[in-house]
Amino acid sequence: MKILVPVKRVVDFNVQIRVKSDGSGVDIAKAKMSMNPFDEIAIEEALRLQEAGKASEVVLVSIGPAQAAETIRTGLSMGADRGILVRSEAPVEPLAVAKILKAVVEEEGPGLIILGKQAIDDDSNQTGQMLAGLLGWAQATFASKLEVDGAYFKVTREIDGGLQTVRLKAPAIVTTDLRLNEPRYASLPNIMKAKKKPIVERAAELYGVDLAPRLEVLRTTEPPGRKAGVKVKDVAELVSRLRNEAGVI
Amino acid sequence: MTTLLLAEHDHASLKDVTTKALTAAAQLGAPVDVLVAGENARGAAEAAAKLSGVAKVLLADAPAYAHDLAEPLAALVRSLAPGYDAFVAPATSRFKNVMPRVAALLDVMQISEIIKVVAPDTFERPIYAGNAIQTVKSRDAKKVITVRSSTFAATGEGGSAPVEAVAAAADPGLSSFVGERVARNNRPELASARVIVSGGRGMRSSANFTKYIEPLADRLGAGVGASRAAVDSGFAPNDWQVGQTGKVVAPELYIAIGISGAIQHLAGMKDSKVIVAINKDADAPIFQVADYGLVADLYEAVPELTEELGKLGR
Ligand SMILES: Cc1cc2nc3c(=O)[nH]c(=O)nc-3n(C[C@H](O)[C@H](O)[C@H](O)COP(=O)(O)OP(=O)(O)OC[C@H]3O[C@@H](n4cnc5c(N)ncnc54)[C@H](O)[C@@H]3O)c2cc1C
Ligand SMILES: Cc1cc2nc3c(=O)[nH]c(=O)nc-3n(C[C@H](O)[C@H](O)[C@H](O)COP(=O)(O)OP(=O)(O)OC[C@H]3O[C@@H](n4cnc5c(N)ncnc54)[C@H](O)[C@@H]3O)c2cc1C
Repeated sequence: MKILVPVKRVVDFNVQIRVKSDGSGVDIAKAKMSMNPFDEIAIEEALRLQEAGKASEVVLVSIGPAQAAETIRTGLSMGADRGILVRSEAPVEPLAVAKILKAVVEEEGPGLIILGKQAIDDDSNQTGQMLAGLLGWAQATFASKLEVDGAYFKVTREIDGGLQTVRLKAPAIVTTDLRLNEPRYASLPNIMKAKKKPIVERAAELYGVDLAPRLEVLRTTEPPGRKAGVKVKDVAELVSRLRNEAGVI
Repeated sequence: MTTLLLAEHDHASLKDVTTKALTAAAQLGAPVDVLVAGENARGAAEAAAKLSGVAKVLLADAPAYAHDLAEPLAALVRSLAPGYDAFVAPATSRFKNVMPRVAALLDVMQISEIIKVVAPDTFERPIYAGNAIQTVKSRDAKKVITVRSSTFAATGEGGSAPVEAVAAAADPGLSSFVGERVARNNRPELASARVIVSGGRGMRSSANFTKYIEPLADRLGAGVGASRAAVDSGFAPNDWQVGQTGKVVAPELYIAIGISGAIQHLAGMKDSKVIVAINKDADAPIFQVADYGLVADLYEAVPELTEELGKLGR
C-alpha cells in the first residue's frame, strides 16, 4: 500500500505575524517558514506504518511556490521516499488544492492519504474532508490513533465530548490531530540521503483544475487588541475586584 | 431562497451552539429551516421548532445518523441541496468534519468559522490563530459556512415551526461506528460555560487537576479547560484543550492557572470578557491579556481562592 501525504509550507508556529497597515494582507515576506506541524505528524504516522511493514512507499506532495520544495525535502529527511511539487505562485484555496490532489491520487493510486487537520496559517480545516468528498472515499478527521486492519482502517478521533472510534473501508482519508504521535527529528545521515531523493515538479495548470479563487479577500485587519489589566497583590484583592469591579462572581 | 441550518444536538435535546449559529444564519436575510439529523431525535427537533425565527424543522431520523459519521450526513445534506442556497452549521467537531465534504460535493469553497456576517455573501473570519481577521466575499452561488458560535448571541424561543420528516439519503456505507469514550459529568460544556477554569503544564499531574482545578470549578459552576501542554502530558483529556487547534471559548470569566499564554492558547480564549491569570512567573505572556493577574504559586493561591469564594457562599 502506498501512502500519500500532502504537506503545506506555512509561517512557523513561533512567528508572531503582522497585519499590513493598508489592510492588504499579512506581512510574511521575511517570516520563517516551516512545514505545517500537523503534516509532520502525518508523515510520522506514514513512516511508522511503513516501518511496521504495512506500507510500501510514502509519497509527499505539496502545492505551492518553488520554496515548497524545501518543505518536501524536510519530509524526505524524516524518511519519506519521494516528492511531488505542484507549482503555483498564487495561493490556492482548499477546494482547488483538493481537486489537484484528486488528480495526483488518480495517477499515484495510494491506499491511504494522511493530511493535517488544519494548516496553522489559514486555519481552514477543510482540505482532507473535501478530497474525501471528491474521491467518494471514507474519511476520519482529527485522528489520535490509526490502525490498519486488513482492508479497513480503525481510527480513533478527537471529538468535542471525548474520543470516537470508526472503521473505514480502504482506500481512505485520515487527518491528524496533535496526539497521534510525536514526529521524529531528521538524523544527519537521513538529511544527506534526502538530498538524492527525487522531487518531480509540475505546473498546477497541467492538472486542468480551475484555480480561480472562489473567496475574494476584501481586506485583512488586526483584531481588536486586549490591554494588560492590573496585577493584584493577593487572593483577597482578586476576589474583591472580581466581585465589585468586574461583577462576574 | 432559504438557508438550511444544521443543528448540533444529542438527539434528545438541542445544544446551545445551535441557537448561536441560528443568529448567524438569520443574518443572511433569508428564511431559515433547521435540519436535525439523528436517531430518535424528535426531542431535538421539537426544541428547534420553538426557536424564534425558524420557518420549518426537517427531521431525518435514521440509524445512519446515530453517530456523526461524515459520509451519510454529507449525502443527506447534498440530497436537500436543491432547495437551499446557504448551509450554515456551528463549528463543532461534528460539522468541522462534515461541512467541507458537503462543500466539495456542491463544488463550493467553505467559509470556515465566521465571526461576523457583513453581508449575505461577505464574512469576517480569523486566520493565523486569530492574529488577523480576513473579510472574504464568496463568489459561489451556494454558501457553505461554519460559525464560531462564541461570537454570536443565542436566539431565544418564541416560535412554533412545523416539524417535517425527511427521508434518509442512501448511505454510502464507507465507514462504521466502533465505539466512543465520552465523559459524562455535570459540568457545563466549554462551548456554553459562563465561567471556565483552565490548567496548564504548571499543574504537573492529573491528580492536581482533581485536587486544585476541579474544586474551584465546582465552586464557580465552571467548565474545565486545559492547555495543549497539559493535555499532551496526560493531565487532562483531549476535549478540554482550549486554543487555536482545540476549542475556542468566550466565557464571562476565564481563569488561567499555570498557563504561560502561548499564542496558540490565547487564540482560544482572548475574547473572554474577563481574564484572570495565576502564574508564578511575573513575565509570563498570559499577563499581557489578563484583566487581573496574580503572581503566585498556584498550589497556595488556588486553594485560598476556592476557600474565599466559599466564604462568599459560592
Ligand atoms: C500570505 C497568504 C496570502 C493568502 N491569500 C489568499 C487569497 O488572497 N485568497 C485566497 O483564497 N487564499 C489566500 N490564502 C490562503 C491559501 O491559499 C491557503 O493555503 C489555502 O486556502 C489552504 O487553506 P488551509 O491551508 O488553511 O487548508 P487546511 O484545510 O487547513 O489544510 C489542511 C491540510 O491540507 C493539506 N494542504 C493544504 N494546503 C496544501 C497545499 N498547498 N499543498 C499540499 N497540502 C496542502 C495539508 O496536509 C494541510 O495540513 C493566502 C495564504 C497566505 C499564506
Ligand atoms: C501546531 C500547534 C498547535 C497548538 N495548539 C495549541 C492549542 O490549541 N492550545 C494550547 O494551549 N496550546 C497549543 N499549542 C502549544 C503552545 O504553543 C504551548 O506550547 C502551550 O500552550 C503551552 O502550555 P502551558 O502554558 O500549559 O505550558 P508552559 O508554556 O510550559 O507554561 C507553564 C506555566 O506554568 C507556570 N507555572 C509552573 N508552575 C507553577 C506554579 N507552581 N504556580 C504558578 N504557575 C506555575 C509557569 O510559570 C509557566 O508560565 C500548539 C502548538 C503547536 C505547534
